[in-house]
Amino acid sequence: MNNITAERFVYGKPNLRRFHQAKWDEPIILELGQPGQRGILVPEVEKAIKSQVGNPFKGIPASLIRDDPPKLPEISQPAVLRHYMHLSQETLGVDCNIDVGQGTCTMKYSPKINDQLASMDELTELHPLQDESTVQGILEIYWRFEQILKEISGLDRFSFQPGAGSAAIYTNASIIRAYFASRGELNKRDEIITTIFSHPSDAACAKVAGFKVITIYPDEDGYPDITALKEAISEHTAGLLITNPEDTGIYNPKIAEFTRLIHDAGGLCSYDQANANGILGITRAREAGFDLCHFNLHKTFSTPHGCGGPAVGATGVTRELIPFLPIPLVDFNGEIYFLNYDLPDSIGKIRSFYGVSQAVLKAYAWVMSLGAEGLREVAEIAVLNNNYLLHKILAIRGVSAPYTKRKRRIEQVRYSWEQLYEETGIHSDEIGVRAADFGVHYWTSHHPYVVPEPCTLEPTESYSKDELDEYAAIIENVANEAYTNPNLVKNAPHNSTIHTIDHQPLDDPKQWCITWRAYQRKTQQGSG
Amino acid sequence: MVNRGRAYPYIPNSDPTIKAQMLKEIDAKSIEDLYNDIPKELRLNQGLDLPAPLLSEYELRRHVEKILSQNYTTKQCLSFLGAGCYQHYVPAICDEINSRGEFLTAYAGEPYDDHGRFQALFEYASLMAELLEMDVVNVPTYDGFQAAATALRMACRITGREKVLLPETLGQDMLSKIRDYLKYDIEIGMLKHDAVTGGIDLQYLEKIVNSDSAAVFFENPSYLGFFELNGKKIAEIAHEHGAICVVSVDPISLGVIAPPARYGADIVVGDIQPLGMHMAFGSGQAGFIASRDEEAYVMQYPSRLFGITPTSVKGEYGFGDVAYERTSFARREEGNEWVGTAAALWGITAGVYLALMGPQGMKDIGEGILYRSNYARQEISKIHNLNVDVFRSPNFKEFIINFDETGKKVSEINKALLERKIFGGKDLSHNFPWMGESALYCFTEVHTKDDIDQLVSALREVVA
Repeated sequence: MNNITAERFVYGKPNLRRFHQAKWDEPIILELGQPGQRGILVPEVEKAIKSQVGNPFKGIPASLIRDDPPKLPEISQPAVLRHYMHLSQETLGVDCNIDVGQGTCTMKYSPKINDQLASMDELTELHPLQDESTVQGILEIYWRFEQILKEISGLDRFSFQPGAGSAAIYTNASIIRAYFASRGELNKRDEIITTIFSHPSDAACAKVAGFKVITIYPDEDGYPDITALKEAISEHTAGLLITNPEDTGIYNPKIAEFTRLIHDAGGLCSYDQANANGILGITRAREAGFDLCHFNLHKTFSTPHGCGGPAVGATGVTRELIPFLPIPLVDFNGEIYFLNYDLPDSIGKIRSFYGVSQAVLKAYAWVMSLGAEGLREVAEIAVLNNNYLLHKILAIRGVSAPYTKRKRRIEQVRYSWEQLYEETGIHSDEIGVRAADFGVHYWTSHHPYVVPEPCTLEPTESYSKDELDEYAAIIENVANEAYTNPNLVKNAPHNSTIHTIDHQPLDDPKQWCITWRAYQRKTQQGSG
Repeated sequence: MVNRGRAYPYIPNSDPTIKAQMLKEIDAKSIEDLYNDIPKELRLNQGLDLPAPLLSEYELRRHVEKILSQNYTTKQCLSFLGAGCYQHYVPAICDEINSRGEFLTAYAGEPYDDHGRFQALFEYASLMAELLEMDVVNVPTYDGFQAAATALRMACRITGREKVLLPETLGQDMLSKIRDYLKYDIEIGMLKHDAVTGGIDLQYLEKIVNSDSAAVFFENPSYLGFFELNGKKIAEIAHEHGAICVVSVDPISLGVIAPPARYGADIVVGDIQPLGMHMAFGSGQAGFIASRDEEAYVMQYPSRLFGITPTSVKGEYGFGDVAYERTSFARREEGNEWVGTAAALWGITAGVYLALMGPQGMKDIGEGILYRSNYARQEISKIHNLNVDVFRSPNFKEFIINFDETGKKVSEINKALLERKIFGGKDLSHNFPWMGESALYCFTEVHTKDDIDQLVSALREVVA
């Protein structure tokens, strides 16, 4: 018998995993099934109802009746299940990988207990318009979690209505707008300032709310340029929408001066706290001078990302801005919890009902499992992990962490493979494709690529030292391949579900196919 | 085994020895060293004042279960609430798939990592496309409200105009959302309704629509439950003036009701919550936007659109983003509105639902709902002093009951129903004062004859 375990190590280091992503070569669901198969049956209408009603279409004009049923596939239940099991296996969730590669996304562990709690009938079977006396439990969760976020941020009230981070950014921009409208200053104040290393939505949402957008670029140390800020500020300034630490993982130490300058000019400051994971219990929105903020519950507060939602962007404001929050708020009068619609200056509804309650519950449970000390531990370990990974990554040939000379970052780092590209011709995104061959994610950066050949890694608190070592070893291996066998990287992926995608049809209106229906039409026409 | 005091199960490196090892390796004296950029004056000097933690999973479960146990659910009481969130049966497979860890915890990976996620969302769009008979469907947005608001902005961008027309029978919450979303540059005109049918007053529409109108919007069925019977005519009028016809639809009706594309809709929107999502106090909402496959339309979507495309291996399906340059991810404020996390998991779930239901399932459920709501409307109409014909149009799953003749307020009636473990319909008296004491009742496939009869006899008692 060989010592199989020993063979899994070279020089005391574990070998890289011989990973292969699941590959089911799965057909499109509309190709599955046979006429007559059923996936589920619906309850039959009782005879007594049928005989009394007679024709249920009575009064509906023929033009509004669909006689020919939709061309959906007819598939048995086990076949539907198997199909989606295959697709799920071909998806690399946090649950399956060392997910430090999707920087800015805070891909931490989403505790299973919280999913179970949010799946209880006592929540899933509640209608949002039930009498308040019948939903005291979930309203209590809202109220309790609001108290928690007030303490974490130092701000005075929160709404959980926005459907994710960008919706919260928009909400804050809309509140800024409503605030200046209420003061009759809207005609004058029509500019929002943001930074290039804040999320694209800080710029995009401000524009949807009717503001002109001014974007500040970094100075040579990677901090948002305060000279540029001063030049941008004027009597037209309505507000600042800014992340800190920014997507580079660099904390702007002059942030209080930024907010003071905006306030001096009469503007409001809104804190995009998508990057809060490294500063929980360390520093807060209030002390930095912010009037508004938002947290992504699916990032910092562990609620699962769900392939991109459902989610909550929890929006917080100072006392002065409470009247502008979306309606309703959840209040407690000492005896009962109730929905408070009494906000005459409210911007109104941002999302239907009260937001994604299941996410609020999961986030609440997550905080309750940790407490104040635990939250601080989250932040500190996220930062320790990040600086540890930074140390490991910087030992790899061809990579750098631009800007600050001193090599400390908060919870993530935006790296650059500029040198590797110049020396090998391999682009950052190609490194990512090859990294997928080892069962991990890797993300470049939002556009524009201010950092050349960028890559953004965020380890969070959820991964062990060994796992961080493993991730770094994968990236090191890929970088070495770029130098020694660039074609191996260029031709990646080799172990993925699929091979190199032809992107050209996706940008050609004659060829793009956003649904199977369009695909059938276009391929039958022979233009696909 | 070493017991070094508190360890956090979710934080592997919380062990002091590991911490020390890592700090040493990065040449830091303490974790404090790593926070040097954060000025002292911005630091919290004391710990956060938070409730004591429930460190064991068991304690946490007990705590949360105790709080949630104060709720009374639609399983414990009979519910006839709708008004945008609907009690339909959620097939077990829907929950099975959307609680799969791979889907539940995935996010924004590339197609090489997350091929299954791309395929599942492409399939969702494809199944919806069959239901809607339209060639383009987006990756879901937050909810039906956002879908409507975005569709109206799309219409403005496509036409280069800045006015949209909405029916005054729209739900107040959706109207509030749309008002907020369009407020800085788009004018909103409200369309009067026909007093008999509830539908848009066509004469009024003809009077008000003009070459400044970007969109004429209506719902079918409406928020108030009735069918808009003049969809084709409304679309024609809109088109005569170069406006885009945007229709919001309940997707679960489309097994038996004609998709809006057939009567001239250019953009169709709605909420997919009925298709396999639990109500969960409003957690299950997710919005769709659909249109024809015309470049002028496609290029105005803010959402991600996943397309099917070949790979370097023959016969292998690949997927990717269609026309990514449209988006704010690519061009920040120069992109269309914005794109970000929204409600993708509910899209995957709705795909599972439609795959399970198939054409026959969607026909059965649509018919079953029509039967039940018709039966309920007939039975309730027999109760003295109750009026179910506020609008005479046929309805899908909801209709209005007016209680004016009873001399009682909806709030009183709902309180009395609650005592009988019944959740009465949504009280419309605040948002639609011109309808008097009215409530919106909803009936779906979950209601048996016995359930409806119970409601009828309870109503009889409480209005007597």
